Amino acid sequence: MEGDIVQMGAYIGAGLACTGMGGAAVGVGHVVGNFLSGALRNPSAAGGQTATMFIGIAFAEALGIFSFLVALLLMFAV
Amino acid sequence: MAENTADQSESALSFHPMDQFIVKPLFGGDTIHWYTPTNVTLWMFLAIAGISALLVLGTRGRAMVPTRVQSVAELAYGFVYKMVEDVAGKDGVKYFPYIMTLFMFIVFSNFLGLIPTAFTTTSHIAVTAVMAMAVFLTVTILGFVLHGVSFIKLFWISSAPLVLRPILALIEVISYFVRPLSHSIRLAGNMMAGHAVIKVFAAFAAITAIAPLSIAAITAIYALEVLVSFIQAYVFAILTCVYLKDALHPHH
Repeated sequence: MEGDIVQMGAYIGAGLACTGMGGAAVGVGHVVGNFLSGALRNPSAAGGQTATMFIGIAFAEALGIFSFLVALLLMFAV
Repeated sequence: MAENTADQSESALSFHPMDQFIVKPLFGGDTIHWYTPTNVTLWMFLAIAGISALLVLGTRGRAMVPTRVQSVAELAYGFVYKMVEDVAGKDGVKYFPYIMTLFMFIVFSNFLGLIPTAFTTTSHIAVTAVMAMAVFLTVTILGFVLHGVSFIKLFWISSAPLVLRPILALIEVISYFVRPLSHSIRLAGNMMAGHAVIKVFAAFAAITAIAPLSIAAITAIYALEVLVSFIQAYVFAILTCVYLKDALHPHH
């Protein structure tokens, strides 16, 4: 019984941890959207900044990946 | 816990989506020693064989008008070279071979892992953590060798107002030491998540009513995964360049 409650808590926690990915999605969308709105204003400068955009995406995405990791740990490691 | 869930949902899901990441010895037996050939070592070997075939055999002719294989090799070389030069600066070019090695290994592992029934070596945190730790240690040691103790100034942002500097220093220190973690988990997590999603949709294909939808979804996600495989290798390499730039020029 107690183990069942612990397992239930772990599953609910894993589901809740996945909401963190929504934040990462907003962040990545924000980075790319702003890049695109800047790039369309000045297309000649856009090519040199794609690397910066990917770095920004990577930093925003890292936090979403952390929430994914927490979900995985709750599912398989706890 | 994984076995329990697989048993309970036997009717709907005949395999567990995470089963594809199990490390198995190639030649029977269950025990895995450090020298046991497993599916991980097999696919790592295939990645290295593929890289050698592309970069060593492909450019053997050194033709003025490149063959198809040679032009792909030249394209990869030029792509990584330009990335190192742009992000890490002119003096970062010295470390280009390291970043080229990392990029080619990750890109080949990712793409080989996309072959159905293949094993994705980069989906294991053990594999990516070794690479990320190597990058972290290289960059940290390099910073101290090149700049001595003044490398610590990396955390002391002199352009910020004096009141903010201690707080910023704390944030910088934390973000510096979380680098190997985020660097490795970003790659492993992306590869693992993509492959697991494909397997989840593959399980739905067993239900006749939604099978066409499921197969279409697998195709779409597979196309996305091809993109993600490349972008993650690119991101890993470019972040290595960013960390390298911090080690070469720690003063903001």
